[in-house]
Amino acid sequence: MSLFDHKLTEIQSMIERKEISIPDLVDESFQRINAVDGDVKAFITLDEERARKQAEEAQAAGRTGILSGIPVGVKDNIVTKGLRTTAASQILHNFDPIYDATVVNKLREAGTITVGKLNMDEFAMGSSTENSSFQKTRNPWNLAHVPGGSSGGSAASVAAGEVPFSLGSDTGGSIRQPASFCGVVGMKPTYGRVSRFGLIAFASSLDQIGPITRNVEDNAHLLEAIVGVDSYDSTSANVPAENFAASLTGDIKGLRIAVPKEYLGEGVSEEVKQSVLAALKVLEGLGATWEEVSLPHSKYGVATYYLLASSEASSNLARFDGIRYGYRAENAENLIDLYKKTRAEGFGDEVKRRIMLGTFALSSGYYDAYYKKAQQVRTLIKKDFEDVLESYDVIIGPTTPTPAFKIGEIIDDPLTMYANDILTIPVNLAGVPGISVPCGFAENGLPLGLQIIGRHFDEKNVYRVAHAYEQATDFHKEKPKL
Amino acid sequence: MQFETVIGLEVHVELKTNSKIFSSAPAHFGAEPNTNTTVIDLGYPGVLPVMNDKAVEFAMKAAMAINCEIAEESIWDRKNYFYPDNPKAYQISQNDKPIGEHGWVEIEVNGETKRIGITRLHLEEDAGKLTHAGKHSLCDYNRQGTPLVEIVSEPDIRTPEEAYAFLEKLKAIIQYTEVSDCKMEEGSLRCDANISIRPFGQEEFGTRTELKNLNSFNFVRKGLEYEEKRQAEVVSSGGKVEQETRRFDESTGKTILMRVKEGSDDYRYFPEPDLLPVYIDDEWKERVRASIPELPDARKKRYMEELGLPAHDAKVLTMSKEIADFFEATAAAGAGAKQASNWLMGEVPAYLNAEGKDLSETKLTPESLAGMIKLLEEGTISSKIAKTVFKEIIENGGDAEVIVKEKGLVQISDESALLKFVNDALDANPQSIADFKEGKKKAIGFLVGQIMKASKGQANPQAINKLLAEEIQKR
Repeated sequence: MSLFDHKLTEIQSMIERKEISIPDLVDESFQRINAVDGDVKAFITLDEERARKQAEEAQAAGRTGILSGIPVGVKDNIVTKGLRTTAASQILHNFDPIYDATVVNKLREAGTITVGKLNMDEFAMGSSTENSSFQKTRNPWNLAHVPGGSSGGSAASVAAGEVPFSLGSDTGGSIRQPASFCGVVGMKPTYGRVSRFGLIAFASSLDQIGPITRNVEDNAHLLEAIVGVDSYDSTSANVPAENFAASLTGDIKGLRIAVPKEYLGEGVSEEVKQSVLAALKVLEGLGATWEEVSLPHSKYGVATYYLLASSEASSNLARFDGIRYGYRAENAENLIDLYKKTRAEGFGDEVKRRIMLGTFALSSGYYDAYYKKAQQVRTLIKKDFEDVLESYDVIIGPTTPTPAFKIGEIIDDPLTMYANDILTIPVNLAGVPGISVPCGFAENGLPLGLQIIGRHFDEKNVYRVAHAYEQATDFHKEKPKL
Repeated sequence: MQFETVIGLEVHVELKTNSKIFSSAPAHFGAEPNTNTTVIDLGYPGVLPVMNDKAVEFAMKAAMAINCEIAEESIWDRKNYFYPDNPKAYQISQNDKPIGEHGWVEIEVNGETKRIGITRLHLEEDAGKLTHAGKHSLCDYNRQGTPLVEIVSEPDIRTPEEAYAFLEKLKAIIQYTEVSDCKMEEGSLRCDANISIRPFGQEEFGTRTELKNLNSFNFVRKGLEYEEKRQAEVVSSGGKVEQETRRFDESTGKTILMRVKEGSDDYRYFPEPDLLPVYIDDEWKERVRASIPELPDARKKRYMEELGLPAHDAKVLTMSKEIADFFEATAAAGAGAKQASNWLMGEVPAYLNAEGKDLSETKLTPESLAGMIKLLEEGTISSKIAKTVFKEIIENGGDAEVIVKEKGLVQISDESALLKFVNDALDANPQSIADFKEGKKKAIGFLVGQIMKASKGQANPQAINKLLAEEIQKR
């Protein structure tokens, strides 16, 4: 049994009782990484020397706290001072940040120890982590399958027991979908809950950092450590931090659940539907009630998302020009040539596809038909959620329409790939919080995820429901055999 | 054919906030390259802008001073374009909802006043600066993120002279609000001009050209003068003015084609998702409005009505707040208003021009200037001595009265003392007496000069004139 099979509270008691030390935890992490990461390929960069040194220092300092001394993996689009940060792109293959993201500062204050940077789809664009320009991460449950994406490394590292938790980012499902594929717990907080300062922007109005863990309770502890208004992020919300873990009472009597018919409709596989219906039964057993509702505009979610996210991305990624940092093409003849060569050689296909789409959508003459129209639809989608959540406490559905697909299976079919996020994207467009918790296994043995969506800044309730469900089931106790 | 010229100006003014518009880096001019920068100014991956409230407030102040309506909700847009001085590859600017719109500035040309409309004033960030050095270009991002307002005039300007007057007036107003130094030589005020011509009476505008590299108000005027002539020649000889950007060449005084505009540039503006809209309520508006000092026109009126200054003096003094403030303080320290005005319009600028200095770089104070003027007005010193004293107080400072005493510069008005100088001069110059008696009045001037020389400039010229007239008759 691994140390990381224990909850954070248990690990802390073990440290207190001196059964284990912080260096033991960090050692466990690197031992496991050495043993399995050759197969899983979750990490792009490891920071072993510094992590071990920090572990010794933390042990000597005798600090306490729920996260103190806990090894963590950080998605490689979150900047870490002095630790290479690539966003899984050639264009940043040599980028060594000179500052820390706000979340990284917060984690350091909480005492965690960063062991390395996690693989992802390049610039978080993708749903399988196959778009990483360095390596393909594999699903720990079945190495022939993808771990999901874009936070594939974050989900796979936790599922594989390499770290007890990791940070991911979610723009259209990039935390929840890989969490679902890898059988772990992934939370996309309310937009504005967690500072984006230091998150390499993909789509600024949608991006949100969140935690991936083995269980709901740990997830709540981790989120609590990273939330809060940040003077470096104008879009971070000034809402008080909450003791999320304290809301995990197991009591959900009287809970009103909305189940959107669109979430159990076309494109959603039968076994996924059945797992959700079974989960609803469990929740009913705990005293909740559910009704079918409609989110009528969610069918436009994917189209809306690809216009808005790509538009923002086309602008956000324009700074990678080879002038100040990152990759610079050689043998450029003049400035324009330098831009063209640097970006042609530095970006992968999917990134280029989205830059082109976004540039087109923002072009004069097309702006009204695409970007502006998409913003209007976004408002409607947001209203759908708000309307439903006025009468219900949470919305529940599957996280993904299918379990993890095979590596290479749909990589050449962008539209099918995009459709994989059909159930997660509307949540980002609405800005509400959503979590994915394990809710069973498909016939092929791959995990399935249940998505629980709450009101703006009502992560507490989302956690309460997720935790009650988790405690009533055993899926989270299963581990991949690596 | 006679043509009417139509001119519109775009003026960029850097706001002198302590820190930059989106970062805590200092926003001042003249530091070592790239030292006034943070990761935010350098557009590092992951950084976000945070609006500097002071920049919004300064922009509001400038907008109010040029009579703009202030938006209740102001939003930020990204203007996307690639260039090495633009580290994010987009400039955060305002497209849809600028801070101020529909303003005006009143100018005076040839005694006529005219209102020039202001289309809009918006807030944006300045770019870095490139220096081209042989095969390489060097990037300095110190200026990146300096808050900047762009002020766009209506095409209400009809002559290069009006354009010049508009810029002078705009500069004076902005300087009064103290949101910018408006120093063209440091780039804190920059101007581009759009100009077209049309036959008199025609409603429709002609095709315009845009003039760049106008590095002084004088060059704006010269560039426009050249361009209106050039366009008239093109049209008169049967040609067509092309929509193009032209560069003013300072050495030849001509405008040179930079590039032809094919359609408009596509900056793919969209709302900046990293910044929230700014809501400006009445309370905030009123607070800012209350901080705007008396502006040039109001001051000019007051100087004329209360201090009895001629219109010309009042206009010239109020063109610069620094000079106007200095003038008021000098008058308050006891100098006569007209005398103070004369010195501040005459000797002071002459000295500053010759030395290439700003007033603040000299030792002159309103008190020392007033002290000197008082001595002059009392007749303690002559105007000639005054010039010597002035040089002393502007270069080394000090009190005029003390200087006059120490250097023995007091004017000699005592008749018996003066009589000796007069008679000595007459004794030494019999030819001048003869000339005078033959009707050559100029001879008196020569004699006065001799006396001033002999008295080292201390003789009271009026008294000398009187005594000379009397004494010469006695000979």
